[in-house]
Amino acid sequence: MRTGKPTVAALAAVTGLLLTACGGGGGSTEDSKEFTAPVAENPSFEEGTTMAHLAEQGTITVGTKYDQPLFALKGLDGEMRGFDVAIAEIIAGRLGIPADRINWQETPSKDREKYIRDGTVDMVVATYTINDKRDERVDFAGPYYQAGQDLMVRADNESITGPESLRDSDAEVCSAHGSTPSERIREYVDNSRLVLFDSYSKCADALSNGQVQAVTTDDAILMGLVSESDNEFKVVGETFSEEPYGVGILEGDVDFCEFVNKSLRIAAKEGTYQQAWNATAGRVSDRTPELPELRSCS
Amino acid sequence: MTGSVLYEAPGPRARRRARHASVVTALLLLGALGWVIHRFAAEGELAYEKWGALIDPTNENFGPLWTLLGGGLANTLLAAGWAILLSLVIGTVLALTRITAAAWYRWAVVGVIELLRGTPVVVLIFFSAQALPALGLNVSLMWALVIGLTAYNCVIIAEIVRAGITALPLGQSEAAYAVGMRRHRVLLHVLLPQAFRAMLPALISQLVVVLKDTSLGVTISYAEFVQRGEIAIENLDNQIQVYLALGVVFILINYTLSRIAVHTERILSRGRSAAREPESAAATGD
Amino acid sequence: MQVLIANHGAYLSGIATTLWLCLYSGVLTLVVGTVIAGFRVSPLTPLRAFGTAWVTVFRNCPLVVVLFFMAFALPVLGLNASYFVFGTVGLALYTSAFVCEAIRSGINSVPAGQAEAARSIGLGFTQTLGLVILPQAVRSIIPPLGSVLIAMIKNSAIAGAFGVGGDLYMTGTRLSSAQGEAVVPVLIGVALGYLIITIPAGLLLGYVERKVAIAR
Repeated sequence: MRTGKPTVAALAAVTGLLLTACGGGGGSTEDSKEFTAPVAENPSFEEGTTMAHLAEQGTITVGTKYDQPLFALKGLDGEMRGFDVAIAEIIAGRLGIPADRINWQETPSKDREKYIRDGTVDMVVATYTINDKRDERVDFAGPYYQAGQDLMVRADNESITGPESLRDSDAEVCSAHGSTPSERIREYVDNSRLVLFDSYSKCADALSNGQVQAVTTDDAILMGLVSESDNEFKVVGETFSEEPYGVGILEGDVDFCEFVNKSLRIAAKEGTYQQAWNATAGRVSDRTPELPELRSCS
Repeated sequence: MTGSVLYEAPGPRARRRARHASVVTALLLLGALGWVIHRFAAEGELAYEKWGALIDPTNENFGPLWTLLGGGLANTLLAAGWAILLSLVIGTVLALTRITAAAWYRWAVVGVIELLRGTPVVVLIFFSAQALPALGLNVSLMWALVIGLTAYNCVIIAEIVRAGITALPLGQSEAAYAVGMRRHRVLLHVLLPQAFRAMLPALISQLVVVLKDTSLGVTISYAEFVQRGEIAIENLDNQIQVYLALGVVFILINYTLSRIAVHTERILSRGRSAAREPESAAATGD
Repeated sequence: MQVLIANHGAYLSGIATTLWLCLYSGVLTLVVGTVIAGFRVSPLTPLRAFGTAWVTVFRNCPLVVVLFFMAFALPVLGLNASYFVFGTVGLALYTSAFVCEAIRSGINSVPAGQAEAARSIGLGFTQTLGLVILPQAVRSIIPPLGSVLIAMIKNSAIAGAFGVGGDLYMTGTRLSSAQGEAVVPVLIGVALGYLIITIPAGLLLGYVERKVAIAR
């Protein structure tokens, strides 16, 4: 539906059992891991800090999304891929923890603060926008990426040019329920024209079969959906918000926050930050972001 | 009363007419099915890349996909198993409490049962996943799901148990009291065992309900069958095909369970004309 | 409980959406369920087979999966409608299997002599069913049918996740996740909203049940 690939009749699919065809699209082997974060050997940390504790136990639990192409997507083989994943691996690497010793925990948008606060995860790297409300409940290191809310429409759509153009149209707009973008877009479209699902890929399907005319969320996520659509969709390119993605950690853990910031700075200086981008989201984007200015921890 | 009582045994002409009508209806139904398949084909939904990973064992994604889905199904069965077990225990206790409760606190038991029965199960699941931690009780996602399902199903089972006990002939408890048994012994040793026998089919049917409701675990991101299906979809971009597979697996399992329920019922009621069937909650889509 | 008062507008419109959803679904499911029950006792084998298949599929398939097919497979077939319509129809089709079974067991509870008498005065299948059996079956159909409809009201919460939006449950999740309101009072408000609908419905059902109850 989303991909207009040639149709093979159902019969052929059955005979495929015998023919050993290898037509599987979007499979796990296509985007095999190309990024490996450097792992520090025997790093030492001040006694009693989160870093010392994590380095000692040799594993870290990272909360992320499982369904965010380019940023954090769990493959069929169980491997995690994406820019968020790479950022988490960079941080874990600085703790001396290799990628295969990271425990991944799925953290949907609505559960992120909860998981940080109850200690289910040590940190959250999950297209996690820093905002005041969240900042009251958890702390943020970073930001490691500057996203912005944008609109995605079908490639042949010329009438939707930005959020303002939605006001006087009757276009229906899709987003994920419980998300910040779904609240912000209410300034431009009223309730009855807003369609909410639990994942953005459902929104992409709704856009593909004409049920909605636009999908809205952070441009970073939209880019992933465009890349999967074989250019059936396009991003409008008018961001109307600033979404700095941060690393969510326990409130008050200043040492850990500074450690994460330091890790990001070193990664940017050594080029691993850029490598991480190029191996993940950079595959569908022609720009390489610079590490945004980091917030101060405290 | 079977369908055949509703109409005359057809004569030769009526049989011929019925045959024609049957052929026409069958053709209409097949035509509708054909149209659906045609539409799907036209939209590329029958393409190999959409189906290969699901049905072709030689496909590179076949193994990983079914390992992923199988793990999800195992989690589904695990959660459903715990939920039905806990519901059974708590439901029985609730039913006995409701029967034996003194009037001054019976209303409280009835109140709890009515509150839980009137709330959607998805709300209870969401509640146990979100509110329990907020109240300082940390539970894993599986237990959040199990607690939500149990809260909902234990009251239904309590009603099944109560119906099963009240459906027993009065002579049973009278005889037990006559031989000097106390009330709790009458309940535990005389009434409950018989009630359970009569309830078994209804309980198995309730298992179907629990199994179906386990799919609501997807709303709290518990790694059950549907949630794993969603992950597969993100990788393979074949929503309709994966959901079709999910539906087929659910239908197969639940259909088997329903058959077992019917079969158990038949065995149990064999030669017992008086066996009364407690109302099955499964029949309401509860 | 301030959340409830501050957001009473959202709650009320959520209850209204849920009620509309259930009203449309309820009417539709009664019609479809009756038709399918008719199929299941009909003399035509394909219709009987279709009826059985219908009930088997919708009884054993989770509502989540049914609603998914409404929202994402129907548009592929070229059938576009609002998600409210998809949700309403999905809920109705799912429930229709249970409606059908309630009606069928009601039909089965009418003594065979009634149908035989009807046939002996020359009534055909539709007349026997429509004029003699169903009117008598109604008494024993109402109690299970009422339970089915109450279950449907509760199930309507799931439809909100498939783009219907704005129903009671989704209002609750929105208040608690997007707007960060305290989750416990918000969810208690949601539960109360459903109880306001389901408990009176249950009482009404009990009343009607007593009214139509007959000793046989």
